[in-house]
Amino acid sequence: MEKFNTHTGLVVPLDIANVDTDQIIPKQFLQKTERIGFGVHLFHDSRYLDHAGTQVNPDFILNKAEYKGSSILLARKNFGCGSSREHAPWALQEFGFKVIIAPSFADIFYGNCINVGLLPIILKEAEIEQLFKLSADTQLTLKVDLPNNVITCGELSFTFSLNEFQQYSLENGVDSVGWTLDKLDTIKAFEAKMPAWQ
Amino acid sequence: MTTTNPQTMYEKLWQNHLVEDAKGQTPLLYVDRHLIHEVTSPQAFASLRFHNRPVRHPERTIATMDHNISTRSIKIDAAGEGAANQLRALAINCKDFGIELFDMGHKNQGIAHVIGPELGLTLPGTIIVCGDSHTATHGAFGALAFGIGTSEVEHVFATQTLRQNKAKTMKIEVKGQVGSGISAKDIILAIIGKTGSAGATGYVVEYCGEAIEALSMEERMTVCNMSIEFGAKAGLIAPDQTTFDYVEGKEYAPKGEVFSQAVADWKKLKSDDDAIFDAVLTLAAKDIKAQVTWGTNPGQVISVDGTVPSPDDFSDPTEKESCIKALKYMDLTPGTKMTDIQVNKVFIGSCTNSRIEDLRAAAGVVQQYQGQQVIEGVDAIIVPGSYRVKEQAESEGLDKIFTDAGFEWRLPGCSMCLGMNDDVLEEGDRCASTSNRNFEGRQGRGSRTHLVSPEMAAAAAITGHFVDLNS
Ligand code: SF4
Repeated sequence: MEKFNTHTGLVVPLDIANVDTDQIIPKQFLQKTERIGFGVHLFHDSRYLDHAGTQVNPDFILNKAEYKGSSILLARKNFGCGSSREHAPWALQEFGFKVIIAPSFADIFYGNCINVGLLPIILKEAEIEQLFKLSADTQLTLKVDLPNNVITCGELSFTFSLNEFQQYSLENGVDSVGWTLDKLDTIKAFEAKMPAWQ
Repeated sequence: MTTTNPQTMYEKLWQNHLVEDAKGQTPLLYVDRHLIHEVTSPQAFASLRFHNRPVRHPERTIATMDHNISTRSIKIDAAGEGAANQLRALAINCKDFGIELFDMGHKNQGIAHVIGPELGLTLPGTIIVCGDSHTATHGAFGALAFGIGTSEVEHVFATQTLRQNKAKTMKIEVKGQVGSGISAKDIILAIIGKTGSAGATGYVVEYCGEAIEALSMEERMTVCNMSIEFGAKAGLIAPDQTTFDYVEGKEYAPKGEVFSQAVADWKKLKSDDDAIFDAVLTLAAKDIKAQVTWGTNPGQVISVDGTVPSPDDFSDPTEKESCIKALKYMDLTPGTKMTDIQVNKVFIGSCTNSRIEDLRAAAGVVQQYQGQQVIEGVDAIIVPGSYRVKEQAESEGLDKIFTDAGFEWRLPGCSMCLGMNDDVLEEGDRCASTSNRNFEGRQGRGSRTHLVSPEMAAAAAITGHFVDLNS
């Protein structure tokens, strides 16, 4: 996993609550055995007017010229709810997103983001509201500083927090499987004490 | 003698599985059982290969083919090229890594959350994970069960553990007894209607109360299955005699002396009387009526005797906005009686409602209509959750009741729950579905899903609209 330090990028505001992972990446695109190839299908049903994905929907925010190249997704509450598909963060990442900012995330999606190195940031509702207002008026660029847990934009700044280990993992690009495999003796000791039925 | 603080069932399960809780690290939990399927596992296997890592405990992992498969043919190629690729990859991966697989047409094949319980793979007091968010189903046994992403699937493969932050606890008590004709699906939909679709985010929910204790294992699974639909990490029901009786004698369940020991341990799992939950929700069972969703998330649900709500009914601006969006997508007008909504598709199946009791309940309703057929203009399919369910249903003649009435009787699989195979709705279709998600496009682009119980779905198939079966 790539290390995450700071990131500066353009914000695209997606003003919809309860965005589920079926929206982020519909099921017909899950039939792959690789981790790549999902970005082009991100938000397929919203980005395209037709099933085949040949007619771009000009009204969908990700298709608007002023947001081209954006890498920070500003979202509403309960982002990423529904299916546990990790294909959702893969698709977001491949499309170019590095950071998602929302007032709340669904649990599984949040964990999946951390595991793939896509930074999920939770801000207060009022702060989210402020960012939505700002991004509606101008092209909003934010600097996200993970080591210092702060987002800045000119004079403005917003602090956020992550759980200690998740912060460490993202900053250092930890191979979480390798990390746990180093604890194999502890795991074996645990197994030795398990009851027979388990 | 040491005294311990009163604990919830979740805390006990947590403690029993805590391998390590090192400072500055996310706690490490032991995983007893790992269920896998073709869609969320291939990338995890690829990464194992890349790092040259084995599956640590292949015997703790069970694979099934469910998400992608055709319900018309047991041929691997029947559901298209992409699906066939994933199914073949699963077969190769299972062979290479020594994992038992229930492949096409195997007598144990079926939806992961249907076969786990019926084979005795699902045991109380265990941690069960699967790359599928409806893993919470297994919580019906007093197992801590939850869905995981593919990176976590890989982590479990390689280490048989998982890192998890401790969730908060919520107790949902359903007091008293439900009225006649009220199903487990109605109970859980009513709960979600009350909490909203994100009401339990960050929580593990424990369902209790007289109405829950009275449920059969199948019904309890329906309740726990939908825990994710209001954001809960997992749903739990305390194991009791109903649970033990169900598990005893199942193919993979412990036997003899080991089983007795297991039951003794399982009896200790229930939450202590004075355990403190972070949140408590209480419902009166007698107030629960048959439920139908009207919107595009499971929290947008109402009693069948109600009407389609109006955006003005919501004070919260986000809820109001969601209502406007949902009504537009669902093509519904506020004030329309739920019983006036016409459907043209009916799906009875999915890990929520495809077990034998669900099929019996649906068949019972069909019989009440005494020889009436699925109404013209409606296509209705029944997809049993597993081959065992299918076989049992056929031995009871349920398939005959359905086919005689004009339903299609299909082969097991996830089918139209997510429509990864060819069981998809067309744009503009309106479906009475016993599945668990009514998201936009879930069953097919531009299609409209109403979540209901098997009884309601059967009635909708015959009459062409929702029916208040109690009136
Ligand atoms: S039936 Fe539906 S919800 Fe259940 S495992 Fe299959 S796709 Fe997931």
